[in-house]
Amino acid sequence: MDYITDRKRAVGHGAAKSGTQKHWAMQISAVALAILVPLFVFTFGSALGGSYEEVVAYYSRPFPVIVAALTMIVGFLHFKNGATTAIEDYARGTSRKLLILLVTFVAYTAMATVLFALARLAL
Amino acid sequence: MADVNRGNRPLSPHLQVYRPQLTSITSILTRITGNALLAGALLVVWWFLAAATGSAYFDLVDGILTSWIGNVIMTLSLWALWYHFAAGLRHLYWDTGRGLDIPTAEKLGKLVIAFSLIMTLITVIIL
Repeated sequence: MDYITDRKRAVGHGAAKSGTQKHWAMQISAVALAILVPLFVFTFGSALGGSYEEVVAYYSRPFPVIVAALTMIVGFLHFKNGATTAIEDYARGTSRKLLILLVTFVAYTAMATVLFALARLAL
Repeated sequence: MADVNRGNRPLSPHLQVYRPQLTSITSILTRITGNALLAGALLVVWWFLAAATGSAYFDLVDGILTSWIGNVIMTLSLWALWYHFAAGLRHLYWDTGRGLDIPTAEKLGKLVIAFSLIMTLITVIIL
């Protein structure tokens, strides 16, 4: 028998420790993406289907490049945080840690790759 | 104070004992579309990398993205993107403490599905 209140037992664990910060981070990136995603869909969508020369010319202009870079940075961070939360819901122990490592690796690798590509196209 | 269930708590959600409803289906679809969008996102990253590499490599990757299977993946990704977009806005609305009663939540669920389908159609027609 443990003479401790339920609240006291919860303080410092799980959502009582860092859940609100994670939730707030998701809200911030969600609002950013609510603006960025429509801009990206219609800029990327109008470039897709063009010839190599047309695509290179389109993505040497500042607006489509900045929109694409911001969407990819915020998008992959939003994905990393969301997928991590999903993994924490469904997996335990070592598999949880490995899956979170994998998601983090994929998100940052994809982000770095697309930023390299966008920089090379733009400059 | 009851000292029960300290370690082996069940994981959420208990899908195998849960009757599907509009609210639960639209909720789990948010997660499914969000994670599935990785596939489309990686294809887009690959396409940008190809465009930055050179014309021969670009033609290869662009050919894959604009092939019929590429079109299917990109169109499904587009729907997933608009669905996740609308569902995310619904979450932001809920986070203000509004719309949490069941009739409103179900109305919002129908709205999210309708929005995602209409926006996908509009985007495909325009682009």
